[in-house]
Order: sequence, then structure tokens, then C-alpha cells
Amino acid sequence: MITEALVLSAILFVIGTFGVLVRRNAIIMFLCIELQLNAVNLSFVAFSRVFGIDGQIFVFFVMTVAAAEAAVGLAIIISIFRHYETVNVDSFNLLKW
Amino acid sequence: MASLATLVQGGGQTAVEGGHFEPFFPGLVVLLPLLGFLANGFLALQHARASADAVRGGAELDLGDPSSRPATHTLPTWIGPGVMAVAFLITLVNFTRMLGAHLDEPVILHYWTWIATGTFTVDAALQLDQLSMIMMMVITGVGTLIHVFSVGYMKDDPGYPRYFAYLNLFVFFMLVLVMGSSYALMFVGWEGVGLCSYLLIGYWFSDREKADAGKKAFIVNRIGDVGFLIAMFLLFKNFGSVDFVPVFHDAETLVYGGGLVTAITLFFFVGAIGKSAQMPLYVWLPDAMAGPTPVSALIHAATMVTAGVYLVARSSVLFALAPLSSAVVAGIGVITALFAATIALKQNDIKKVLAYSTVSQLGYMFVGVGVGAYAAGVFHLMTHAFFKALLFMGSGAVIHSMHEAYHATHNHEDPQDMRNMGGLKAFMPITWVTMWIATLAIAGIWPFAGFFSKDEIIWYAGAWAGAENAPYPQLYTVYWILALAAAMLTAFYMTRMMVMTFHGANRTGDEESKHLHEAPPVMWVPLAVLAVLSVFGGWINVPEALSSGWAGLGGILPMGEWLHHWLEPITAQAHHIQEANLGTYSYYAPFGGGEALWAAISTVAAGLVVLVSIRLVGGRTVVPVKDDAAEMSGFAKVLYNKYYVDEFYDRVIVQPILRASRFCWKVIDAGIIDGVVNAVGWGSKGIGWVVSMFQTGTVNTYAFILTVGVLFVLGASLF
Repeated sequence: MITEALVLSAILFVIGTFGVLVRRNAIIMFLCIELQLNAVNLSFVAFSRVFGIDGQIFVFFVMTVAAAEAAVGLAIIISIFRHYETVNVDSFNLLKW
Repeated sequence: MASLATLVQGGGQTAVEGGHFEPFFPGLVVLLPLLGFLANGFLALQHARASADAVRGGAELDLGDPSSRPATHTLPTWIGPGVMAVAFLITLVNFTRMLGAHLDEPVILHYWTWIATGTFTVDAALQLDQLSMIMMMVITGVGTLIHVFSVGYMKDDPGYPRYFAYLNLFVFFMLVLVMGSSYALMFVGWEGVGLCSYLLIGYWFSDREKADAGKKAFIVNRIGDVGFLIAMFLLFKNFGSVDFVPVFHDAETLVYGGGLVTAITLFFFVGAIGKSAQMPLYVWLPDAMAGPTPVSALIHAATMVTAGVYLVARSSVLFALAPLSSAVVAGIGVITALFAATIALKQNDIKKVLAYSTVSQLGYMFVGVGVGAYAAGVFHLMTHAFFKALLFMGSGAVIHSMHEAYHATHNHEDPQDMRNMGGLKAFMPITWVTMWIATLAIAGIWPFAGFFSKDEIIWYAGAWAGAENAPYPQLYTVYWILALAAAMLTAFYMTRMMVMTFHGANRTGDEESKHLHEAPPVMWVPLAVLAVLSVFGGWINVPEALSSGWAGLGGILPMGEWLHHWLEPITAQAHHIQEANLGTYSYYAPFGGGEALWAAISTVAAGLVVLVSIRLVGGRTVVPVKDDAAEMSGFAKVLYNKYYVDEFYDRVIVQPILRASRFCWKVIDAGIIDGVVNAVGWGSKGIGWVVSMFQTGTVNTYAFILTVGVLFVLGASLF
């Protein structure tokens, strides 16, 4: 049972990572990060069946932080969009050497 | 202001012992020149600001018209000599009070604790005793006369207030030097007078050569100062104190002729060599003539350069314990006396002649203190201050007159070159008479001051050779002969100078000679006062054998051994040590004959030399500089070029140091050190450039690197 859950978690995490690396749309990248977080959440929950309730408590923390992050992140993306009229991450690369 | 009151009153505890000497505001003697310096210094700054403003406004401060001179130019006339005159009067009161009292122990006036570290303390305290009193009298007395003379000599100089500020500051430090109650305080004055000497030699600093002369004086003096410092450290290490009274008290415990006391005295003497311009560090003094002539009179003849003699006389106890050091002192002295006298034979610059003469006479003083005749050394110091200050100020009057003559006719000849002078006695009779008096005094002609002081030194050199247990009798016999020879040379070169300057036909030029004139009263009155002192100043220390003999006209002239007795409390301890270890003096010259006989021989010989050189130099035709193309050869050329000592030092010391410095600069500093620093800079910049390539600004790149990094860390932790 736990093996399947961890395999699913790994697949979701890899999909999320892949999405972050290859997509250029900031919203999509953001969604992929959420996917990674939730993949980790899934493995926490799966492990809590074996090791006790701590994993589930941790999931609540992750979700709280993810919510806060979503609020701030989306606000930033909206702000960027107002400025550039695009959310393509290739378009904003001023912060470099 | 209570502290100020105690300062001038001489508060603290006054250890008045063995007499009823009541000091009379001795602190004021030191304080007044300092106040004069502050006042004149303030005026000088104001003056400089006003001149700068005037120049910016397109105008020049007009100093030509005496009535329109600003207050900053006229006030120092009163402040500068004024503080000196008051200081002299206070010294005079103290002197007369000390005359009345019989003072066996020095009076120490404590003001405050200057340095207090652990067991080592140095008080800011003045020491009043017979030696410091004589020095104070000379410094303030001759100093006052030179300040007055300066009013006339420097009146048209734009830096007039600055000049008096420096001069007052010099007197302040000189008084600290002679009145300080410890070697540490003496060193303060020692360095201070060195500073003022530097400032005044380079007084006309816009002239490169003169500024360099100031630097040379300062640097050469520093070499000697190291010796003074080391001696002071040795004293502290062995006695735990550098105050005169405890050191001289504890000196009794030292081994006679031991290594320690010899080292201490030799290091002190290194300091004295620098300050008093002896071989081999004398080279700065002739160059110091770049300063204004009254400065040469005050600093480089009468006072500062005698500080070394004062140091040896003050440390007489230590030097008496070290016969080797004393022999070195007398040896350096006599060699310098002869060496400088020979150089003076061939100089044409009137001030250079006097400069080498000063070096030579300082040598005599060291012979005096080197043969244990400390009173005789101080005696010559005093009479030399009179006649050499007179000679320098007289030459100043001559240069002043020559300068104005050339200035009025827009001639660019050298006003200091004696080849341009000649026949000046017709134009400046007072200067002529007073300078002849000083010349006869320095030449050692009876009854002028220099005769008694110089003769006493030479006599003691001879008498020491015959002392019962004299350490190096043959050596002192040689000293005696060399000192006599140098005395003859002195008579010759001084007469040569006088004849070239004042006698014969005038060589200044027909148009120029119309502008030659006698010095104003403000300049010749100090000359006259010093002339009187140069005649009678020697009568205060005439030994019984002379004063009751021919030299005192069988006791008719008022002469006495006053100075000798006066300084006895200072020299008694040293003489006690000498007598215990060397026995008494022989009272016979090395080749027999008593004091009166040899005094007669030396003055007759000196008189003959004067007469012969008048004939010799007077008979020679001297041509003005512009017509003078005479090539010298042989020894005369060597003398004219001062034995090439400056060239030798340049080759052996200055150039190697310059080369080493250039090596340090070009190779070590600019090459290695700067190279390393620059390499570090360039390296950081390069690494930074490489690393900055990762900062693409693209979010995906960062995410990719992050992922790769995480995988790498995970992989590393797994395997």
C-alpha cells in the first residue's frame, strides 16, 4: 500500500519538476511547484501510516505555507503582468550580471 | 589661574639648601619667550592671511614705506626683543641673588609630574645652579642683543613676524635645555632647538638650496640624537632615573673607567657631536649659513651649538669616571679644531669663514671639557658667545650694506663673497672697529677675552699630559701641540677675513660703493655692547699665575678666578674623582715652562701671525669674483673644496641610501608589493567574471541548476 503511494508521489514530483524546468508560463510553473509540494504531502501522509501522526501534522504546515506562498506569488505575477503584459518568464531577465 | 601663579612663582617644594637663595620668578624666564612665540606666531598667521588676500586682490603688501606697514609687521619689533629683555632682567635678578648666596646644592623647582609610569617618573622641573645660571645669562643676554640687531637686519623682510616667532621659540627651547632638571627634559630642549634651527635655516624656504640646508641640518642632528637617547636609556636601566641629582649621586657606585660609564658617556658624546658640529658630523653647520645672519649668530655660534659642551660639562661626573671617553672627547675636539681651521683658510664667503671658525672653536671647548677643565670649557663657551656673535652680526651688517648696494644698482653679484668687498672700513667704521676687537679676541691676543679662555684650555691639555697618573700622556702632548697649531691658524684666517673685507681697495664697483653705508644704531649698538664684553669678558677667569703676573700687569687690572670658583659646586665631584684616580695636574707644560710663560709665548706668536698675515694678505691683489678666473692647485684646492668631505659623504652615504631607496621603491614596493596587491585584485575580478556568467536572469536556468544541485547532493549522500 505504502509503496504505491510513494511511487505516485514520486511520479507527481517528477512531473512537477519537469513542468518547472520546461514551461515558460509563470502561472503554469507556479502550478507545477504546487504539484511538487503536494507530492511531498502525499509521501508525508503515506509515511504517517507507518511512523505515526507527525507526518500528517507536517502536511498542515506545508499547506499553510503553500497557501501563503500562493497569495504572495500570484500577487507578484499579477504585478509583473501589469508591467510587461505577459507572464512568459523569458521576458523578464533584467536581474543578471 | 592658581596654577599659573605657582608656575611663574616656582611653587611646589623649593629645596633651598646650603644658602639663602630665593628664586625670583624663574619660571617666567622660560615662559616669556614662549608667550612671545605665541603672540608673534599669531601675528605671523594674520600677516600671512593679509598678504595672501592682498595678492589675490591683485596687489602686493607694500613694506617699502615704513609708515604704511601693517601692525602685524610692526608689533613683533616690540614683542620679540621685549620678552627677551624682560627675561634677561629676571635672569639678572636671579643671578645677583645667587651671587649673594652660597649654593652647594642645586635648587630644583617642581611644577608638575610630566611622565609617571611604574617606577619611572620625570618631573617638569627646573634646575637652578651655577652652570644653568651662566648658560641662562649667555642665552638671554646675547639673545636679547641679537633680537635687537634682527630688528634692523630683517625689517624689510616680508616674513618678519614669522622670523621673530621662530626666534622666540628657539630661546624657549634653549632655556628648557639648560634649565631642565633631568636628561629627559634636556632632550625636549635638545630636539626643540633642532626644530627651530631647521625652521630658521630654511627660513627663506622658497629657495630650494636653503630649504635643503635646513633638512641637512635636521637629518645630521638626528644621527647624533640617537646617541643621546641610547645614553639616556642606559642611565635609566642602571639608575632607574634620568634626573641629574640622583644620577650623579649614584654615579659614585660606578667602576672608574668601567665599560658601562664609558658606553654612557660615549653615546652622550655622539649626541654632542651632532649638535655641536664636531667631526664627522660637522657638515651641517657650514650649510646652516643659508639662514638669516642673526640666526647664525644666535643659534649657530652663541647658543645651540654649544649645547654639546653644556651636556659634557653637566655630565662632568660621568665623564670624569671615563678616562677613555674623555680622551675621545678631547681628541675629536682637537682634530675638529685643526681640520675646520685649515678649511677656513681658503673660504671666500664671509659667513663660511665664520662657520668653519665656529666649528673650530667648538672643538676647543671639547678639548677643555675633555681634559677635565670643565670650567675652562664653559668659560670658552661664554667668551666665544660674545666674540662670535659679534663677528656674525658684524658680517651681517656688512652683508646688509653690500646687499643694499647691489640691490640699489640691480647688480646680481654675491654680497657675501669677500672678493667683492675690500676697503669697507671707510664706509662702516663702527663695524670695522668692533669686528677687529672680536678678531683679536678669537685670535687669542692679550688682553681680549678669547686669549684667557683659549689659553686656559690649551694649558690644561698640556698640564693633563703631565698629571701623575695621566692615562695617555703622549696622546695629550699631541693634543696640546695640535691645539697650539690650530690657534695659530685661527689668528691667520681671521686676519685674512678682516683684511679681505675691510682693507685694501674697494672691489664692490664704482657705482655700487656709493650705496655702501654704516649700519643703523639698532644694529651697531649690540655690536658695541658685545665688543666691550669681548674685551673684558675674559677677565672673570684668570688664574692667579697670570693675573698677578704679566697678564694682569702685576695685579693692577681687575682680574680674578671668579668663574672657576663660581662653577666649583658643579665641578667639585668630577675633580674629586680625577684627583683620586689621576693625581694632581703637573702645572708644567709638556716641554717645561709654567702657565705664564706659555701664555706669553702663545699671545706673542698669535700677534706675530696676525701681523704677518696682514702683510701677506694685504700684499696680495684680490680681484672681484666676476674677474676671478684663478685656477687653484694642490693642497689649496683641497682646502678650497673643504677636503671634499661633502662629496665623500655624498658618494659613500647619500648615494647608496638613495640607490637603496630607489631599489625599495621601484622593485620592492612598486614591483613586488604592488604586484601582489594588483594580482589579488585582478584574480578576484576574473573569478567574479566567470561566476557571474551563471547569473543569466532567466528563472529556468536557476531552477535547472537548483535541481541539478539537489540531485548531486542526493546522489552524493546515497553513494
